[in-house]
Amino acid sequence: MRKVLFPVIQYCKRLNIICGHYGSGKTNLAVNLVLDLKRQGKDVTLVDLDIVNPYFRSADFTEALESNGIHTINPMYANTNLDIPAIGPEVASVLEQKDRTAVIDVGGDDAGAAALGRYAQQILEDGDYAYFYVINRCRYLTRTPEEAAEILREIEFTSRLKATGVVNNSNVSYQTTSDTIISSIAYAEEVAQRLNLPLVATAYDRRLGKQLEAAGLVSNGYPVEIFVNPPWEEKTKVEL
Amino acid sequence: MAEKVLMKGNEALAEAAIRCGCKRFFGYPITPQTEVAAYMAKRLPKIGGTYMQAESEISAINMVYGAASAGVRAMTSSSSPGISLKTEGISYLIGSDLPCLIINVMRGGPGLGGIQPSQSDYWQATKAPGHGDGHILVFAPSTIQEMVDLVFDAFDLAETYRMPAMILADGMLGQMMEPVVFPEKEVVEHEKPWAANGHQGKREHNIINSLYLKPDELERTNRERFARYEIIKEKEARVEEYLTEDADIIVVAYGATSRIVRAAVKAAREQGIKAGMVRPITVWPFPAKAVAKAAETASRMLCVEMSLGQMVEDVRLAVNGKVPVEFYGRTGGIIPTPAEVLEQIKKIAGGAK
Repeated sequence: MRKVLFPVIQYCKRLNIICGHYGSGKTNLAVNLVLDLKRQGKDVTLVDLDIVNPYFRSADFTEALESNGIHTINPMYANTNLDIPAIGPEVASVLEQKDRTAVIDVGGDDAGAAALGRYAQQILEDGDYAYFYVINRCRYLTRTPEEAAEILREIEFTSRLKATGVVNNSNVSYQTTSDTIISSIAYAEEVAQRLNLPLVATAYDRRLGKQLEAAGLVSNGYPVEIFVNPPWEEKTKVEL
Repeated sequence: MAEKVLMKGNEALAEAAIRCGCKRFFGYPITPQTEVAAYMAKRLPKIGGTYMQAESEISAINMVYGAASAGVRAMTSSSSPGISLKTEGISYLIGSDLPCLIINVMRGGPGLGGIQPSQSDYWQATKAPGHGDGHILVFAPSTIQEMVDLVFDAFDLAETYRMPAMILADGMLGQMMEPVVFPEKEVVEHEKPWAANGHQGKREHNIINSLYLKPDELERTNRERFARYEIIKEKEARVEEYLTEDADIIVVAYGATSRIVRAAVKAAREQGIKAGMVRPITVWPFPAKAVAKAAETASRMLCVEMSLGQMVEDVRLAVNGKVPVEFYGRTGGIIPTPAEVLEQIKKIAGGAK
């Protein structure tokens, strides 16, 4: 079991909300975060709040996470054949039960963030939350810091909550190299600066760790497992 | 310089169409293609285009009919049940010899079916995209990069042959994220002297029509169209061959399923089974020659689809009894796994001479 207090973990609170442009890699980050919080000995829940994506979402990991003692809450029709973006009452339970830690994976863009808006008042009153904005420099239409900053403004508007930190999750899927990460740092810093938010982490495939650590260019590094894979690739085992 | 970016399949389809000069989109939302329409709704107004959410799929395809009649590059997009609604309009487009792009991000059927990926509209796309004698060009991409590239080809060939073109994708391709590079090529729209776009008093009226009062006239028009289809079959059938040279067992698969088959073929090779894959890139015209050629060297063939067996009929027609053609399919939104396909290959290999 890896039990490392990565910088991003230190930024985590009781409620850890993950938003971003869809395709920024929120789900992969959410699964990693929930595992690392569990490794810290917390009683954690992963909430899939995505009402936009019909599939390829954090609900895909329900069974694997539950077998590791991580509670999951999914929209009741997630990964079924029904196209009903309904969120069940159980989501409210993580807001009520103050001894539970949660990672909340929000759907992409402002459209996805609308689901979070319904809980904004309660989250604000609770106060013990981190709201991470995930960015990916390789993602089309978020390639400039201006564009990335603009998307957060739209997300904040519909979610009725202000982000508390930026997570750089730049990747081009299976073609990601250490250069992809290194060339994203300046971009991520500028996004954070524009938004006046801390850059809490730069996440990268842990297999690139050696090269990146050698380059010494990544501060707040967060090495992650790649769990979100296309259906023809072997699944990475989800374990503590 | 063209840079590699990460895109969702549906968005890549939309962006590719915009880059082809298609600024007129008419659609109606349906999962799992909704991002095509959503992307168009966001982008087109910013670049002087028109995004129109019609009141139904039927009206959307008829708006495409109108725009295409005026010689404008136009498109629509839907998923399976929505395509069924469009078929009347598609037939009119065929009957009027109009180019346009139709995207089908297939989901489970029949009926309302389900929103998970499927390939069960193969018959509809290739045999009866609408009533009457007629075909449309049907491209079956297997990666997001190929979706982008084929959108360019689809518009080009649709205008070359004056007929609708379809990108036959599926929910898996529509919803997944992959790196893409947009080709930096100049897009040339074809001359459209037939378009009803205002004669300025300088020429005769152009009439766009699919109604023929005299049967012999209709028969002649249909025969002319079918003569064109023969040229298309000869020139435009496309296929990818993967490890086929020495293959004993050849798997035929298209679209996203071919990604799974590719993994299975690779695994079979590692286990000493000489497997290969033939992947149709166009499914109409069906690459019958390439499939027939594969049957000359292979001892057995297997067709894998996310349906209960549709393309397999074209494979069998092409193979013409030369070798046995087995079938393996999952349907209803179930994606076959590489392990399942490998199992089928092994089973067939066991029975191979």
